[in-house]
Amino acid sequence: MQFTLTISTLCIILIFTWRFLGSYITAVYTNKINYLRAAERLIFKALNIDQFGEQSWQRYTLSLVVFSIVSIFITYALLRLQGGLFLNPQHLAGVTPALSFNTAVSFVTNTNWQNYAGETTMSYLSQMVSLSVQQFVSPAVGMCVAVVLIRGIARRESKTVGNFWVDLVRGVLYIFLPLAIVSGIIFVSQGAVQTLAGPILIKNSLTHFSQTIPRGPVAFMEAIKELGTNGGGFFNANGSHPFENPTGTTNLLSIVLMLSIPVALTYTFGKMVGNIKQGFILLLTMAILFAGCLGLALYGESHGSIAISSSHVSQTISGNMEGKEVRFGTSNSALYNIASTQTSTGSVNSANDSYTPLGTTALISGMMLGEVSPGGVGSGLYTILLFAIIAVFIAGLMVGRTPELLGKKIQAKEVKLAGLAILIMPITVLVFTGIAVAIHAGQSGAFNRGPQGFTEILYAYTSQANNNGSALAGLNGNTDFYNITGAIAMMLGRFAVILPTTALAGSLALKKTVPNSLGTFKTDNLLFGGLLTGTIVLVGGLTFFPALALGPIVQSLSHKVF
Amino acid sequence: MLLQIRRSLILCFIFIFLCGIAYPLIGTGIAQTFFHYQANGEITKNGSYLIGQNWTGPKWFQGRPESDNAMASGPSNLGSSSKQLKTSVQQSASKLKREGIQPTPDLVTTSGSGLDPDISPQDAYAQVNAVSKYNHLPIQTVLSLVKSEIQQPQLGFLGSQYINVLKLNTALYKLEQSKNR
Repeated sequence: MQFTLTISTLCIILIFTWRFLGSYITAVYTNKINYLRAAERLIFKALNIDQFGEQSWQRYTLSLVVFSIVSIFITYALLRLQGGLFLNPQHLAGVTPALSFNTAVSFVTNTNWQNYAGETTMSYLSQMVSLSVQQFVSPAVGMCVAVVLIRGIARRESKTVGNFWVDLVRGVLYIFLPLAIVSGIIFVSQGAVQTLAGPILIKNSLTHFSQTIPRGPVAFMEAIKELGTNGGGFFNANGSHPFENPTGTTNLLSIVLMLSIPVALTYTFGKMVGNIKQGFILLLTMAILFAGCLGLALYGESHGSIAISSSHVSQTISGNMEGKEVRFGTSNSALYNIASTQTSTGSVNSANDSYTPLGTTALISGMMLGEVSPGGVGSGLYTILLFAIIAVFIAGLMVGRTPELLGKKIQAKEVKLAGLAILIMPITVLVFTGIAVAIHAGQSGAFNRGPQGFTEILYAYTSQANNNGSALAGLNGNTDFYNITGAIAMMLGRFAVILPTTALAGSLALKKTVPNSLGTFKTDNLLFGGLLTGTIVLVGGLTFFPALALGPIVQSLSHKVF
Repeated sequence: MLLQIRRSLILCFIFIFLCGIAYPLIGTGIAQTFFHYQANGEITKNGSYLIGQNWTGPKWFQGRPESDNAMASGPSNLGSSSKQLKTSVQQSASKLKREGIQPTPDLVTTSGSGLDPDISPQDAYAQVNAVSKYNHLPIQTVLSLVKSEIQQPQLGFLGSQYINVLKLNTALYKLEQSKNR
């Protein structure tokens, strides 16, 4: 009953953010609002750019890639040098090269895969200046790509697709900073810590139990961590740590923050292409996939785990509580982790590795379907649009007409680019998983025995290639092998998808719009929603079913302990 | 290309100032001014209400069987069909039974943070008999103490019902003190 109310509240809030945040985002990227004009002008002056000068898709992409590479270098340098810098109350040493490389790539690609425990590895300066900065910037870069693809569809015979620097700066200033400040205040009011004072030693006079409690600037990092679908937490325990996610309110707020921008972008899309119904059909597709995975996870976790039931402890009331916090229980834990794996957040409020096989299948499925339900900030929308192009192509093959999407003819070039962008992720995941399970450096990372050890490795590459960042965290990822292959998987999952996507946007922007006729295949109705859902499920299912069969599926059928 | 690199560098430093320095410092300012207690970790003289501690039963109500080492937060990561998990569940269960407590799922499993400060009402009810017997307190008094410490979900539906173990044991301590006086 309480959980039904939580879900209903979530839906109501998301309907509001869909409509109003969606329209606000539209205004940001169409230059309709300018209340921070003064700050913008200063920045554009420092960059020496004309706010109204637009770029071709090639120049836009070049700016994006150069900016990301420079960001990786700066993040890497700050992590390496933290030992000699200030705001380091625990006197932590510089981070090792392989780990710094993995972490820098991870935060710049919006993945936030973490091969370290924050409280004992990162100084406050690193958390604030190195990692949190990328939590603002990397989702703003994702937004740029989504907006460019939307413009490509919306514009006619246009050689330009916008200006990367303007889109990036406006995204951070108008969307991420204001929303993060407001939600940060809610986090801290609920008990998330926000202090520059170091760890504190406490001693309980009743029991003489003593404990050193780490603290730090957590609450405001938490806000942008969820809002930017980043997921990299201050502490090792991430969103299950009481200092990150102290109450039921912060738990729901986290879920709302993760989902709000990716959901709202479907409205922005509809608004910018002049067909809000089209945006709604995308949203509906996302909602169906989300609900399916959530249902599976709730079912799995409420039925408890074999290790506990075979020890004769009844789990009828509570479900599988291993790795879960009492203040959330199984339902709110499953909801949070599903929201986090279906967006590209990857934060957790309960241990993914201790989920039941069905729960794990639900978590990994959201990623294997390409992170489109609703996906990461920006990346969710552009990925589902790539699938939409494949879906109209399939529809075109069936009826024997040149496929169209919103009046744009989809020809060989567009289908090739969309196909390429979609296939990068599965290829990366399967090849790296194959290598890892074949060699000792890969096998030795697995923590759990039996099929779950394989699932840990498969999950790691699925998560990194989708820029998600969640983990079956038993896997020991802080080795040269996992740090380096993981970083490559994250870069491929980010940039090897962005390049064909912006190329596609450029190619679509150049095209004329074909007027609607009787023979036009409509893409803003339920039939297309069904076709799109089917395409996403088929592509993901056909690619990954054999791998899943070796992992969670065999584990759930075997009823054994390993 | 050189132009892009120069712009990237300048912009990175602008973002470092805005998002990496101004944002967290303004946040810390707001937090320390308006939410001083919460922002510093709800520290009281016997510890933080948010961070779990070790309590030996049945002298005290015990929390979940984890190390409560706050410098190393995180879960066990043991899978749902892990033999190691089964062994540790069985050990916790037989320890509880020796203390006269019927095992509940929360009391034989570890949490996501390894620092869970709470137990569910069922976990506390299961301990009432043992705790009251050990401390020579009437069962009814301890039971009503437990009931008075139940935290309802926020707004009636956000999160689960729970009992904060530090608060419960502090109340238990006060009860013993008043009895001895």
